[in-house]
Amino acid sequence: MTASVDGQRPEDTPLLEVGDLVVHHGQLKALDQVSFQVFPGEVYAIIGANGAGKSTLLRTIAGLHHPTSGTVLFDGQNVTGLRPEHRARQGIVMVPEGRRLFESLSVEENLKVGATYARKGPWTIERVYETFSWMRDRRGQRAGQLSGGEQQTVAIGRALVANPRVLLLDELSLGLAPVVVQRIYTMLPQILQTGLTVLLVEQDVSQALRVASHIHCLLEGRTTLQGTPAEVTAEEVEEAYFGLASAVGATPHARLDADGQSGKGSEPPWRG
Amino acid sequence: MSLITEVGAPPAVGFRVTRSRRNVAWTGIGALIVVVVLAMMPTIVYSGTTAILVQAFIVLTLASMWNLLAGYAGLVSVGQQGFVGLGAYFVLILALHGASPFAALPFAAIGCAVAALPLWWLVSRLRSGYFAIATWVLAATIMLVIERFSSLGSGTGLPLPGLSGLSATYLAAYTYWAALAVTVLAMLAMYLLLRSRVGLVLTAIRDDEVAARSSGARVGLARMLVFVVAGAGCGAAGAVLAISQLQVQPSAVFDVQWTAEMAFATIIGGLGTIEGPIIGTAVYMVLQQTLASYNAWYLIILGLAAIVVALFARRGLWGLVDSRLHLRLFPVGYWLRTTSGNGRRGLGSFRGARTGTS
Amino acid sequence: MAWVNAIIEGILTGGLYALFACGLSLMFGVMKVVNLAHGDLAVVGGYIAVGIILLHVPVLWSVVIVVPIMAVAGYVLQRTVIQRALDRGVLTTLIVTLGLSLVIENALLQFFSANTRGIGSGMTLVTGSFSLGSQIQIGYLLVVVFAVAVAVLLGLQYFLSRSTYGRLIRAVADDKEAAQLAGANYRHVFGVAAGLALATVALGGIAYGMYIDLDPTAGTDTILLFAFVAVVIGGLGSLWGTLVGGIVLGVAQQIGAQINISDELIAGYIVFLAILVLRPQGLISRRAQT
Repeated sequence: MTASVDGQRPEDTPLLEVGDLVVHHGQLKALDQVSFQVFPGEVYAIIGANGAGKSTLLRTIAGLHHPTSGTVLFDGQNVTGLRPEHRARQGIVMVPEGRRLFESLSVEENLKVGATYARKGPWTIERVYETFSWMRDRRGQRAGQLSGGEQQTVAIGRALVANPRVLLLDELSLGLAPVVVQRIYTMLPQILQTGLTVLLVEQDVSQALRVASHIHCLLEGRTTLQGTPAEVTAEEVEEAYFGLASAVGATPHARLDADGQSGKGSEPPWRG
Repeated sequence: MSLITEVGAPPAVGFRVTRSRRNVAWTGIGALIVVVVLAMMPTIVYSGTTAILVQAFIVLTLASMWNLLAGYAGLVSVGQQGFVGLGAYFVLILALHGASPFAALPFAAIGCAVAALPLWWLVSRLRSGYFAIATWVLAATIMLVIERFSSLGSGTGLPLPGLSGLSATYLAAYTYWAALAVTVLAMLAMYLLLRSRVGLVLTAIRDDEVAARSSGARVGLARMLVFVVAGAGCGAAGAVLAISQLQVQPSAVFDVQWTAEMAFATIIGGLGTIEGPIIGTAVYMVLQQTLASYNAWYLIILGLAAIVVALFARRGLWGLVDSRLHLRLFPVGYWLRTTSGNGRRGLGSFRGARTGTS
Repeated sequence: MAWVNAIIEGILTGGLYALFACGLSLMFGVMKVVNLAHGDLAVVGGYIAVGIILLHVPVLWSVVIVVPIMAVAGYVLQRTVIQRALDRGVLTTLIVTLGLSLVIENALLQFFSANTRGIGSGMTLVTGSFSLGSQIQIGYLLVVVFAVAVAVLLGLQYFLSRSTYGRLIRAVADDKEAAQLAGANYRHVFGVAAGLALATVALGGIAYGMYIDLDPTAGTDTILLFAFVAVVIGGLGSLWGTLVGGIVLGVAQQIGAQINISDELIAGYIVFLAILVLRPQGLISRRAQT
């Protein structure tokens, strides 16, 4: 499913704009000059191998890491110096890697914590129960006792009740059975109908290509590929993902930009 | 010839790991001179001065032991006064049975080391903060047990027998030498322990306990050894205390203030450095001597200083000196040094690779 | 009959010890801080009450004034000092709270001298007692303190399980980063928990001043150590465990005192050591509300 219609992009103002982001973990440079824009209603997928810096990128946008340099703009406003809780209250809400539920709290209490500082919007605990009907029956159960897939769903519910404007999903599929992952991803269109923008990190490229309107590949902290799923070929993704290009001798960090000259795919680029 | 090999070697690949920097020999000679000069003190100064120095040696010994526990093994004990008291009572018991208190001193240290084993077995089940208070409870329990013996003077204690034959001058000098010997031995023991394999394990624990455990380091054993050595050291200091006070009183030797003093001297001087307790003890003695007439004020200032240092200068006063001068009097770590290129620069750039005192 | 009397008194003293302990347990459960100044802060609460009573304020009103003062002090202390220490690691929190303990204790010595001070020593509540049968005498104070302790624990439990802030406190205790992602400022939540902890221990300090007498060293010699022993006996991190632990400690002490008056303290510590050896997870092993 692709939420944004080609050709409409340039007219919108980006909801989230990341500019020249550099993040260090101690001495290690985890992200190097990463820039991109996410437009309202998009599903923007960050892909890349283990250690490519995907999670670091998401955590920096959520405010859990401080960048060495670069900016994060949200709805045109600079939020780079803001604490995570303030970003969450403004509508940047993340479902962290590994779900991170409050394990000693019940399912309903987890949702209530998520709703404590919620913005006004369509999502309520009741609506989460309507969307994921099993949850209502088990709302009194301790979150730590749920299965992995159930926990992931509750984690999404906890983020939704905050009525985010942009939802950050970090490695939804991690440690879950493929069937469960599939079930969670099929819920995505229904969630998007409520006017959300999604920025997700996914190691499973085929899954990302299926749901995303735009993909962005990272390799060792650098951008190696950007474009719509239709624009990029499987070979390009493979090169960008594994960094084989430099080994083969082709241009490293082959980049697809919005200027259109790299459209090897069948669809025409945005400006036509 | 050597020039050719150096040029021929690929740059920045050759390196060697060195243990001590050149100044260790000078430090050794310097330390020896200091000890000799200190040993001559009773022939130079009045006994009032040596009495103050005895107090300083007690604090320095205690601080070094606490530094070993908290700064290297990550064990924050608030119950080291238990060993101070035990050491004092070992001396008293042996003296009551006719031994010379000075001859009893080493046995007090050994007795405390032995006592530390079952105590470790008890408190090692608890982590960090709970370990801290558990050691405190143990110290209180030991005091309560000892107070039950009327032969040891119950709650009021007893004067220390066996020293009345000595003239005041000789007693002061012997006490001073005993205190000096305890301090030198305690610091030497700590230095050797940290340079041994145990020191390496301790460094590994401090950097990353989980990783140290999974790589097979015998974390529990190393910590136990530190607890035992620190028990012996604090016991020896307690024995010196008993001799210098000429009496043993339970509420005085088991006072938690001993732990407060050893902890804060260490923190102010620099936790996790051998030099730190020396500096901290000097600061402590100056505070105590200048503010002694204002009762509790020196302890209030000491506590506040420790809080400020812990929050704003984690490595203490020595850390401030070290970060400016790159000085290390007692190296216990390893240095990775490139054999090619500029040696001095290599040292600087590999500072992060240094293990040991950081 | 002296034995029955002793056991009843021990059980009721457990309430006092629970007041000492529940704040310690709460702070450890929520922010993993073992506050070594916990007992001294109780004594500070007691001394503030002494000061207020000197201004001819009725004793019970002093309680109403002191508890909120200590709650605010707890919040401020957490936000300014303890949080800073926490950001630097567990070791620093221990050093800083030990430093606080030394500073408070010596400041009290400096300003109030080592003399003991009682609270409400002329009141029937403090000195009066009633009889059960012909042999058993029970002091009003111990019954009231026990009832207060139970009420405090019930209140804490209700607050933690039902209120928005209670839920946030538990959420932050589970995972403070995830709580941040849900919009919660964990530093503020920590402050609230510290405020609660000091409010409860201030009650303990005042009750101690009524039951025995306050002196500057009571905070470490008695309150902190008893609180800790009660926490370990009851089980780390368990709220009602502090009452169970307090009762076990109180009964052990009273039985010890019956054997020999000087065995009161030692008996309590022996039970503590036995629990440490036989059942290190405490008597209530389930990690309860906090």
